[in-house]
Amino acid sequence: MKRLTQRGLFWLKVCLHISFLSPIIYLVLMVLTDNAGGDPVQYIIHYTGMGALNALVVTLLISPLAKRFKQGLLLQTRRLVGLYVFAFACLHIAAFISLDLLFAWGFLFEEIVKRPYILVGAASLIIATLLALTSFQAVKRKLGKRWQSLHNWIYVMAILAPIHFYWSVKSEIIEPSIYIGIFALLLWYRRKSIKQWLFGRA
Amino acid sequence: MVSKKGFTKGVGNTPSWSLKENEVTPESVFSDRRNIIKALGLGALGASLPGQVQAGLFDLFGGEEKPPFAVQGLDYSKPNQFQIVDRLTPEDKITRHNNFYEFGTSKQDPFDNAQQFQVNPWELRIEGLVDKPLTLDLNDLTTKFDLEERIYRLRCVEAWSMVVPWVGFSLAELLKMAGVSNKATHVAFETLFDPDQMPGQRNRLMGGGIHYPYVEGLTIAEAMNELPFLAVGLYGKTLPPQNGAPVRLVLPWKYGFKSIKSVVKIRVTDKQPPTSWNQLAPHEYGFYANVNPQVDHPRWSQASERSIGEGGLFSAKRIPTQMFNGYGEQVADLYKGLDLRKFY
Repeated sequence: MKRLTQRGLFWLKVCLHISFLSPIIYLVLMVLTDNAGGDPVQYIIHYTGMGALNALVVTLLISPLAKRFKQGLLLQTRRLVGLYVFAFACLHIAAFISLDLLFAWGFLFEEIVKRPYILVGAASLIIATLLALTSFQAVKRKLGKRWQSLHNWIYVMAILAPIHFYWSVKSEIIEPSIYIGIFALLLWYRRKSIKQWLFGRA
Repeated sequence: MVSKKGFTKGVGNTPSWSLKENEVTPESVFSDRRNIIKALGLGALGASLPGQVQAGLFDLFGGEEKPPFAVQGLDYSKPNQFQIVDRLTPEDKITRHNNFYEFGTSKQDPFDNAQQFQVNPWELRIEGLVDKPLTLDLNDLTTKFDLEERIYRLRCVEAWSMVVPWVGFSLAELLKMAGVSNKATHVAFETLFDPDQMPGQRNRLMGGGIHYPYVEGLTIAEAMNELPFLAVGLYGKTLPPQNGAPVRLVLPWKYGFKSIKSVVKIRVTDKQPPTSWNQLAPHEYGFYANVNPQVDHPRWSQASERSIGEGGLFSAKRIPTQMFNGYGEQVADLYKGLDLRKFY
């Protein structure tokens, strides 16, 4: 199989940007043109949440694909996709706070403590934020070995995020169950490195 | 025909559950999505395109645009005690933000999927422990009773709310006409089961896992209260399908899911009937489902609600939820001695 070249990588990144930005543009157009329902708040929150979840699936797919098809350069797209996870997660929480809670901050903190699904979502967002903040090359170099073990927390996110989805829906559990299954497969594929991360070198 | 007004102000006996004048947002502060579109020049972009293209542009997953369901104007009175001083939720939000899982679980699905719904012929049967069972057809629904407009608050269990001008008649009036037996303890309601017309009934993924037909119930005392309303219209016209055409129940002091839509059967019984959301998740949705800010949903708070009114995205307000949605004066007596934490 042909190896991915630097040039190919560049165009792949362009494609990834387009495929993550176009849903955001689509959402903005749908809302502005009054095509997202009579009260688009829940739609926006759900849509951006699904965006984060889908981007997370893509991030976790990259290294299995790179290994399977021996395309080392592919790994260089992980940062880009990971930052889209963070971007969608930010839009998701921003929509929740500004459009649903309408900036009732006291209520937000009360909810985080009381509602497991919000707690789990908030934990995912904290992980995403830490990973985004430490995603720069300079920080990566500075952190050395600790960088990898910090970024392994994405596996925790891969468990928390679909649970957040599952717990937040009223009844339609088929879709969240499918996501839980997908993440379980992606984690199963990494069982060795996860074991190593959790229990040290055996 | 009664003229349609954006605001309807109660004169004289203003009920205790109405909002005060100073709680009503002045119209001038509303921002409108359409203004943003205009400002961005997107309106012009849209308008300059031929209809077919416009429909296709933002409806990537749907087919071609179909004509909306035809509604007719209604004649009705406006009894004072049911005209609350409150800002109404605009019609286009009431008809485009619906929970009606028979047509899909997203809020805009019912609007998108229900426009071809056939309500003629329709049969609403009143049966069970009654002196004379009745069958009402589509025409009876709007002619057999003197229709009236009632402005009711609607509080969804998902913690959003609207203020809706319904047109219809009282459930108690219908039950009295049929003559309720003194053995009766409950009333059961059933939505149409027609998988050909209701895609959510054909497909489990689309129908949210509910066991169809959708069923609901009340105690006989609740049913004979003055508040339960059989709505056949909205904003002065017959109901569009997404709001439960041709006839739906409205129970303003209970969470929205109790207000069953597109009703075909009302059965008076001597047992507590099963109810759909209770069957699906009994620890989350009880038989009573009275609006109660003190009893949270296991997964979210019921203490406040997002009130959907006029204006754009940021115009909604978070307001405290009232006990019995503010209708305690009419219904609190029904639950005397009942532990509402246990009987949620």
